[in-house]
Amino acid sequence: MFANFDFDVIRRSLTYLFFDGMTFTLTLTSLATCGGIIFGTLLAMMRLSGFWLLSRIAGLYVDLMRSLPLVLVIFWFYFLVPYIGQWLTGASRPIRVGAFASSLVTFTLFEAAYFSEIMRAGIQSISRGQPAAAQALGLTYGQTMRYVVLPQAFRNMLPVLLTQTIVLFQDTSLVYVLSIPDFLGAASKVAQRDGRLVEMYLFAALVYFVISCVASFGVRRLQARLAFAR
Amino acid sequence: MLNCSIGENSMKRLRVMGLALAASFCAAQADAEELSGTLRKIKETGVINIGYRDSSIPFSYLDDNQKPIGFAIDICLKIVDAVKKELKLDKLTVEFNPVTSSTRIPLLANGTIDLECGSTTNNPERLKQVAFTNTHFLTATRFISKKSSKLSSIEDLKGKSVASTSGTTNIRQLTEANAARNLGINIIPAKEHAESFLMVETDRAVAAVLDDILLASFAAGSKDPDAYVISSDAFSKPEPYGIMLRKDDPAFKKVADDATSALYRSAEGQKLYDKWFMQKIPPKGLNLNVPIGAELKKAFAKPTDSPDPDFYKSM
Amino acid sequence: MNYHWNWRVFWEPAPSGTGTYLDMLLSGLVLTIETALCAWIIALAFGAVIGVLRTLPSKTASLVGFAYVEFFRNMPLLVQLFLWYFVLPELLPRASGLWLKQLPGAPFYTAAIGIGLFMSARVAEQTRAGISSLPRGQKLAATALGLTTAQTYRYVLLPMAFRIILPPLTSEFLSTIKNTSVALTIGLIELTAEARAMQEFSFQVFEAFTAATVLYLLINIVVVIVMRFVERGVAVPGYITGK
Repeated sequence: MFANFDFDVIRRSLTYLFFDGMTFTLTLTSLATCGGIIFGTLLAMMRLSGFWLLSRIAGLYVDLMRSLPLVLVIFWFYFLVPYIGQWLTGASRPIRVGAFASSLVTFTLFEAAYFSEIMRAGIQSISRGQPAAAQALGLTYGQTMRYVVLPQAFRNMLPVLLTQTIVLFQDTSLVYVLSIPDFLGAASKVAQRDGRLVEMYLFAALVYFVISCVASFGVRRLQARLAFAR
Repeated sequence: MLNCSIGENSMKRLRVMGLALAASFCAAQADAEELSGTLRKIKETGVINIGYRDSSIPFSYLDDNQKPIGFAIDICLKIVDAVKKELKLDKLTVEFNPVTSSTRIPLLANGTIDLECGSTTNNPERLKQVAFTNTHFLTATRFISKKSSKLSSIEDLKGKSVASTSGTTNIRQLTEANAARNLGINIIPAKEHAESFLMVETDRAVAAVLDDILLASFAAGSKDPDAYVISSDAFSKPEPYGIMLRKDDPAFKKVADDATSALYRSAEGQKLYDKWFMQKIPPKGLNLNVPIGAELKKAFAKPTDSPDPDFYKSM
Repeated sequence: MNYHWNWRVFWEPAPSGTGTYLDMLLSGLVLTIETALCAWIIALAFGAVIGVLRTLPSKTASLVGFAYVEFFRNMPLLVQLFLWYFVLPELLPRASGLWLKQLPGAPFYTAAIGIGLFMSARVAEQTRAGISSLPRGQKLAATALGLTTAQTYRYVLLPMAFRIILPPLTSEFLSTIKNTSVALTIGLIELTAEARAMQEFSFQVFEAFTAATVLYLLINIVVVIVMRFVERGVAVPGYITGK
């Protein structure tokens, strides 16, 4: 069954796959996670604030992003971001963004909706006594969030946030639809150029599997340690 | 005394130099003010963005080090030289951006690329959205299939699975022919030309519909070139390839037109053609052996950006 | 902005000869829904079985369930679809492989099975969570009454577990619908692919994608409303899930 397969193609393209493809994927994952969590926390706070308008805007944004397929959002932002940049900076022509910048914007904004739901659950899981005590001590809203509520919420939701990060890592493979060279895109290019689909796709699947497995194992250990620490 | 006179001369010289500098500064400012569109963008950013293709051999493709090379890329680099001279820039950085058949026009419109250097057909419909510079090749839409499938005419494709690349004139012509002649073809869209050919190679589709020069390159570069045959039946007349630029930008178009016109008419243009079509090309040292056709020779002698296939026949 | 707006493009004839651009999008919508439903049926069937396996007392069953879920959760959906579509036919004996490759509608079957199995892992997790959340007394009472394990699951545990997990299952179904868009990479011409084709033929990028966005939002709203009726319909009055 594996007789006429040439697994040597993997060895020959390892540098390209990992230096170009995997660095793109990992950089995108880490930066989008940071941006997504920050923006997501902001959205969660807007949702839980007393102001009806803020709450509605955040709610609509989250619902919109969660109703759309990621593939569609990737297309949207790839073609739209330069125009948005032009509108934001008042320039005379669309701002040129490359593939990486546009993917970063896409994933940050998309995943922020999911992160915001996680952080919202986290903030709501903090007992009412905490912000009440903070208020009694004379802390402002900003100080309460910064020093009392958010640190606890973040620690509580850390395993879920990390699981969502693993999901993000897997979702980055979808930039394939625009021929953007992430890890899967790189594997695909080699596969099509050399006609070695089976070898490259099996290898790509294995790499994704190993990384995700190790990561989710790590998250499970972390979860056990956190549960114990309570 | 001597010191004073030297001092006075120096002062005069300084004043003259200062005035000259001021004048040239004003002139430079005026130049930048007069520039518009792409030329202004290039002058302000010092960067020109070129869109390249993954697998449009030999026009624009990636070599073994994943660097873009090709006939159209070389032509574009000549245009870049002309832009550099026109804008009097010391340094002009060239950045390469990958594009596909379906992303090339939106990316040109939104400013991600300034020139699209590949195998894009110049036709009246696209001219509503973009502009093209002088034609660099003529090619008709044909299909390639394995000799064992014994397909010779378009009618033979009835009821079969046929691949083509999305966003091309080829898939459009295939779709229209399918509807007009009621062929019931199952059209499989692929993301890139290499993928379309791979469908035929792996027997997923019985034929791939693309420009005949691209088909020739794929067949020649495949593991078993003799197994394939390109149909003599064509979906279209030989249509012109052009390098794409943004619409409504006459200044930039003039620079591109002048550069390509000068190139095609010179001996260098002929040498460039031979380099990619009559000699061994990277990465596998393939020689496509496609001598310059009569119509293309005329189009090089009298460079034109006409989208009309009949124009080239009557030249 | 260099862009020419043309909202009337939806009523212009598409080059595929099958009608207007709007018809193109609607046929994509129909294919999206068909694929999503088929995938969901597969996901429910397999997911329920695996979820139950993970809650059984037997260690082997638990391990099998665990391996299954881990296998399908740790690979991106796109990679899984590629394995089914590109790799599987090459690994089979030549004749079967060829038959698979030339099957008309191959992208549809591949997408339905690939997405179905991918989602089944998540349904399995939800089922397991649902069953685990039931009070221990349920199972013990069933054993006391003399029910076998199969009967316990069939008559006592699963009915309540499914009612509990209906809300998360709704969002998994919405996920399935969204995941059908990934199948455009293997040639399934569903809604997002049709929007892309419309963009390529007519050059009206924003109109095409706006239409697709609106249609996805519509599907979402319809599914949420329908599931709300279903939830109310199957709710057991007085129980924690009943309102």
